[in-house]
Amino acid sequence: MAQHSSVRAGVRAALPLGPPTFLLGASFGVLARPVMGWLAPIVMSVVVFSGAAQFAALSVLAAGGAAGAAILAGVLMNARWLPMGFAIGPSLPGGALARAAQAQAIVDASFVMASRGDGTFDRGLLLGATAVQTVAWWTGTALGVLVGPALPDPKKLGLDAIFPAFYLALLVAEARGRRALLAAAVGAAVTAALMPFAPVGLPIIAACVGALVGLRRT
Amino acid sequence: MSAVWTTVVVLCIATASMKAIGPVSFGGRRLSGRAASVIGLVAPALLASLVVYETFNTDGPGIALDARLVGLAAAGAALALKRSMLVVVTVAAVATALARAIA
Repeated sequence: MAQHSSVRAGVRAALPLGPPTFLLGASFGVLARPVMGWLAPIVMSVVVFSGAAQFAALSVLAAGGAAGAAILAGVLMNARWLPMGFAIGPSLPGGALARAAQAQAIVDASFVMASRGDGTFDRGLLLGATAVQTVAWWTGTALGVLVGPALPDPKKLGLDAIFPAFYLALLVAEARGRRALLAAAVGAAVTAALMPFAPVGLPIIAACVGALVGLRRT
Repeated sequence: MSAVWTTVVVLCIATASMKAIGPVSFGGRRLSGRAASVIGLVAPALLASLVVYETFNTDGPGIALDARLVGLAAAGAALALKRSMLVVVTVAAVATALARAIA
């Protein structure tokens, strides 16, 4: 099995992820403050730590939806951790409890950076990249909650466009080779086809079938 | 408990469980060649999906064409010029904000 990088190397490699994650955390804080108060958004960023799910749950609460609907939206957004957990599981060492603890470090950008493309994952990169994003996400949320009332709508500042740009930058950096590009094309097409009618989150989970192009002979 | 705190607590438990299920059931194994080549492609498929989703999503099912598309195009141009992550996301935000200001 290939060597794992040190966590420190992971932190260094992931430093560029810090500023965009901070800005996204700040825009979550700004948008959440009028709906959730000042404490709940910060606690949520600490214990849930998932941008996509937090924004999905927030949009339900902001529209006056019940807790059940907000939870469902968040769970569906985060259900992609299931296939991602099955993918990364074989690369995590230790007993069941240790693996469950390390699994908490799975977030999109870290998962992608840690993926070696051969089915294995670099644990040091996973943990280091998540450490960077954790600090940025928590401090960004706290700052957004604190200064939010003094700021204009984050949409006016174009902050919502940071999400797709962030993922596109990761895609360009990580998708190497024809099969990776084909998997990406299938994933994008599946999501676009399902979005007009499928419930929130489902178009993203379904996109994982794009990885099945790996079954083709090379 | 209020709707807000119920959401925070239940989402926390659900998220931690969904992350843990895979690694707890499949830790430290060797993969077959076919499984490995599929798993290695989850990351690009997922990323491309997230790009599409975050560009076009609305609050429910549906597709919205709005200024985020301008931001994504600007990000693509910055990436073609091999700019850093920070420049790419800043360019996307500025282009989107400008498009909204003009519209």
